[in-house]
Amino acid sequence: MTTTEPRIIPMGLALNEAMDIAMGLDEKVFLLGEDIAEPSGGVYKITKGLSTKYGTHRVRKTPISEAAIIGAAVGAAIAGYKPVAEIMIMDFIAVCLDQITNHAAKIRYMSGGQTTVPMVIRTSAGAGRQFGAQHSEMLEAWAVHTPGLKVVVPSNPADAKGLLISSIFDPDPVLFVEPMLMYWDPQYACDVPVGDNRIPLGKANIVREGKDVTVISYGKQVHDAVKAADILAGEGVSVEVIDLRTLVPLDEATVLASVSKTKRAVVVHEAVTRCGFGAELSSRIHEELFGTLAAPVARVGGQNTPVPYAKNLETAFVPQVADIVAAIKSLNK
Amino acid sequence: MATTNRPDSPDRETLVQMYEIQNKIKTTDERFRSMLTSGQIQLIYYSPRGQECISAGYAVHLRPDDYVVTIYRGLHDHLAKGVPMRELWAEFLGRSTGTCKGKGGPMHITHPDSGLVVTTGIVGSGIPIANGFGLAAQLSGTDQVTVVNFGDGASNIGAFHEGMNMAAVWKLPVVFVCQNNLYGEHTPMSMSTGVEYISERGAAYGMPAVTVNGNDPVAMWHAAGEAIARARAGEGPTLIEARTYRFYGHLMGDAMEYMPKEERKAAMAADPVPAFRAWLLENGHATEAQLAEIEDKIVAMVDDAVEFAMNSPEPSLDELYTDVYEEIIK
Repeated sequence: MTTTEPRIIPMGLALNEAMDIAMGLDEKVFLLGEDIAEPSGGVYKITKGLSTKYGTHRVRKTPISEAAIIGAAVGAAIAGYKPVAEIMIMDFIAVCLDQITNHAAKIRYMSGGQTTVPMVIRTSAGAGRQFGAQHSEMLEAWAVHTPGLKVVVPSNPADAKGLLISSIFDPDPVLFVEPMLMYWDPQYACDVPVGDNRIPLGKANIVREGKDVTVISYGKQVHDAVKAADILAGEGVSVEVIDLRTLVPLDEATVLASVSKTKRAVVVHEAVTRCGFGAELSSRIHEELFGTLAAPVARVGGQNTPVPYAKNLETAFVPQVADIVAAIKSLNK
Repeated sequence: MATTNRPDSPDRETLVQMYEIQNKIKTTDERFRSMLTSGQIQLIYYSPRGQECISAGYAVHLRPDDYVVTIYRGLHDHLAKGVPMRELWAEFLGRSTGTCKGKGGPMHITHPDSGLVVTTGIVGSGIPIANGFGLAAQLSGTDQVTVVNFGDGASNIGAFHEGMNMAAVWKLPVVFVCQNNLYGEHTPMSMSTGVEYISERGAAYGMPAVTVNGNDPVAMWHAAGEAIARARAGEGPTLIEARTYRFYGHLMGDAMEYMPKEERKAAMAADPVPAFRAWLLENGHATEAQLAEIEDKIVAMVDDAVEFAMNSPEPSLDELYTDVYEEIIK
C-alpha cells in the first residue's frame, strides 16, 4: 500500500491544472478570453503558463469584446471544437447574454439536435473585495432560468478541478462560476488529486452528515454552512450540509433524501435572495415534501440590492455565518 | 439592364446555375406568399423577393463543406446553399420531417450537410458566430470559407462591430455579406445609419470592403469570388455591401406605409430575376427551351415539397424535452 502526501493547492492552481489536462488530452480544446495569454496569464493568473505550453493559437487573447468572444466560441463549438471562454467578471455576462441565452443555450434545440455547442464559459464572481456593484454579482439564477445551459459552482479546489474537466468534455454549454475570493486564499486550499479527477455533473456532495436540519448551498457559502454547523453542534443541533456543486443538472434526489430525513431545510447562497436559486429549490422541496416538513424551508441569501461598495455595507449585503445559524435556529423553535 | 456585360463574366454553366438558384428562390417565395394569402398555411414569413441575385452570386463559389450563416430573412440563402426543398418546406410548416424536426422553424433553418449551419432570429448575432466557424477552419488548417449574411440594420448593432474587428485582428476566413435592402425593419437606412455606404465601415476595422449592385448577378459573382478566394488563401476577411431592395416589406402582412410607393414600384419594375433571364437569352448564354425546362423542374420540385410537407405529421409530443441537452434534464 502506498500513501500519498496531501497536495494542498488553491483553487486558482487547480483550475489551471484542469485546463492543462484537458488541453493535453484533446487538441480540440482551446481557450479564449481577455488577457489570458502570457505574460499576464489572465488578470487572476488562472491561465498562467498555458499559452507558453500550448501556443497562442490555443490560448487566445481577445479584444475586450464579450459578444465576439462568446460568439466565436459558439461557432467553433458547432464546428467540432471544445472552446473554454473566459469572461473576466460575471457581471460582464450582461454584455454577451444574447450569445449565451439565444445561441449557446438554444442551438441544439432549434436545430433539432443537428448542431451542438459543447463549450464552457468560465467566469469569476462574488462580493467581498469592494469591487462595487458591477464587479461582484452572483448571477447564476439567470443561467438556471435558461433551458439548454448547465450551471456549475464549485466550492473547493479539488471539486473545481474535477468539475471543470468534466465541463470541458460535456456535450452541452456549461456556465462555470468561480468564486473569486477562493482563487488564491490559502484558507480555501485543499488536497487536490494529481491528474484527471473528473467529477460528474449533477452529483451533489454531502459535506457533513447530520440529522436535525439540512443546509443546502454551493460555492463559497458551503464553508459558511459548515462553520454554522460547527457552532450548532456545540448546542446539540446536528446539521447536514449538502454542496450542490451543479445547479443544472440538479441532484434533487440527494436533497430530497436528506430533507426527508431531517424534515428541515435551509438554502444558502450569496446571490440576491429574490428569485435566487434558493427560491426554486425551496419551492421544489415544498412541492415534494410539504406534508412531512417540520417547518417551512428557510432561505439565506444576499440582500435585494446592488452590491454596495463601502466595506460595512458590502458585509451587510453578503450572508454571514451568523445569519445561517439564526435561520437554522428559527426552524427549531 | 441590371446585368453587367464583362469579358471576364462567368462561364455559361455558372450563369445558368445562378439563374436556376434565383428562380428556385423566386418560385418558392411566390408559393409561400400565395399559400399564406389564401390561408392554406399560417406562419411568420419574411420574404426574400428582390434579393435573389446576392445569394446566387456567392453560393456558386462555395463548396458543400463551406459554411453559411444567415438570419430570419434567409430563405434565399438556405436554397442557394442547397438545403433540400422538402425538408425546408416541412420545417417552415413545423413538421417532424423538417430540417430541425419542426423544432426550429423558419427563423432557425439548419442543415449541416449543406453547410447551412446557423440561422438566427437576432439581428447581427450571426456575425460573431461566423467568426467561430472561421476560427475552426483556421485552427484545423482547412481552407473552408464562412459566408455570413445580414442586413443593413445589423451594421448598427454591437455584435457587428465586435465581430468585424475580431475577424480582422485574427485574419479569419470569413466573408461578411451585408444584404443592404435599404430598410431595417420599418426604418429607412438614411434615418438609422451615419454613412451612405455600409462598406465605408470596413476601413474602421482594417478590412477590405466593397459596395456592389446586389441586383447585378455578374457584379455580385465577381465581388463574392474575390472575397471568397482571399479568405480561402488565408488572406483574411472581406466586407461586401450588396445593394438591393426588399419587395414585400419586413414581414408578410406588413402594410409597408413607410416605403414610398414610387420607390417600391420602380424597384419591382426592375425585378432582377426576369432581367437576368432576359440578359441570358439576349447574350446567347441560354436558350428559351433550356430555361423553361429549369423553371418547370423547379415548379415540380416545389409542388412535391409542398405535398410532402402538408402530408407530414407534426412532431411527437415526446420531442418537447429532447435536444434541450444531450440527455433529458427536466
